[in-house]
Amino acid sequence: MTNCYRVVFLSIVVALMLAMMPLPDWAQSFRPDWVTMVLIYWVMALPQQVGVTVAWVSGLLLDVSLGSILGQHAIGLVLVSYLVSLQYQRIRVFSLFQQSIVIFILLIFKQILVLWVNGIVGQAAETWSYFLPSLAGAVIWPWVFTLLRNIRRQNTRSSHI
Amino acid sequence: MQPLFLRGPSVTLRAIILVGLSVVLMIADHRWSHLESMRGAMESYFIHPLRYVINIPVDFIHWSSNSFSFHQELLDENQELKDQRLRAQVSLQKLSILEKENERLRKMLSAQPKVGERVLIAELLSIDMDPYKQQVVLNKGQQHSVYLGQPVIDAWGVMGQVVHRGDFSSTAMLITDPSHAIPVQVNRNGLRSTVFGNGQTDRLELRYIPHNADIEIGDLIITSGLGGRFPPNYPVGRITEIERPAGETFANVIAQPVAHIDRSREVLLVWHNQPEIEVVEIVKEATDND
Repeated sequence: MTNCYRVVFLSIVVALMLAMMPLPDWAQSFRPDWVTMVLIYWVMALPQQVGVTVAWVSGLLLDVSLGSILGQHAIGLVLVSYLVSLQYQRIRVFSLFQQSIVIFILLIFKQILVLWVNGIVGQAAETWSYFLPSLAGAVIWPWVFTLLRNIRRQNTRSSHI
Repeated sequence: MQPLFLRGPSVTLRAIILVGLSVVLMIADHRWSHLESMRGAMESYFIHPLRYVINIPVDFIHWSSNSFSFHQELLDENQELKDQRLRAQVSLQKLSILEKENERLRKMLSAQPKVGERVLIAELLSIDMDPYKQQVVLNKGQQHSVYLGQPVIDAWGVMGQVVHRGDFSSTAMLITDPSHAIPVQVNRNGLRSTVFGNGQTDRLELRYIPHNADIEIGDLIITSGLGGRFPPNYPVGRITEIERPAGETFANVIAQPVAHIDRSREVLLVWHNQPEIEVVEIVKEATDND
């Protein structure tokens, strides 16, 4: 079980690094929300181990690394992972395409929460391209899912042996 | 055996508690700056190592482009730098004479003596922040006695100010951030205004300038030093557009920042209100810390 926590921790660290990784200007507006996607996967795959608390802590770390208001991404991640933990049995049996649609809705939901907080503070983005990361996230979800599933299977197998 | 179902109420309860906590954190972080130390600790012990790792390839590219460049290129660069240094020294000579003269004149007027400034060279880390905020990460932090609100300038003009700091790195908000404002004056006639960022790297807005104000395209905008956060007389921008719409109280004035907001890699952190230090010392310290 400790092994599984280590994998979750490492994948969140990698997601945080991808969120901070410098990208060329044109690609910046397509940068998927890696941390949210990785968390959605883990809540879906291991709902007993990964839940809202892990989501909250990684949300705070994301806030610190992006320089946004403390708690802004945390609140979004808590609500998204809460929704996933209610519905994980249903999402698990979806096909990859159907999952992508669900992920798209969840990512949009999180972005709207972040936008809402930004609006209250008075720095809301005013372009539709603000939602491009959600689209990009939904498009690459099948690969993220497959990759994380392989990692999870390998590690749980090795822990049993 | 794992339980078949999640413990229902506990997840909901935890989610509600954490959402509440997040709201409290957001209000506390936005309204007051009580959480700076918490943010600083998380940044120093967890985020900074990650940033360091991300920065390694970028550093490597810089290092290799330096190490593997041609002999002739280096010679040319060296020659150019020598020329620049010579020119800078000539203007520095004039400056020291002017400074002495200024001091004499101030004494005659029995005005307050000028306060000096101390600077430290910092390098930007290649880190992407929130794309809808204009922020950069510097490689100097509390260890180098960086303080919150500290002005950041580059070789051409004012860039921004420090908003968060960790032990080894700090985050600076650029003057082009929509929530940034800086008190300025027009260099030509001392007309005071405030410059606001608007989220674009090449545009600044001057607000509250009446229609009949004496301001022209090409005017240099410098810091006024009012508010006490920025030292006075540093260039901020140059006026590029003036529009005087008939129905409105104030003119729309747009300036372009003179600092190379999106190109500078090396910046200076400024300590002002410090006893005056000789230029030599500043240069020595800068090279020591580099």
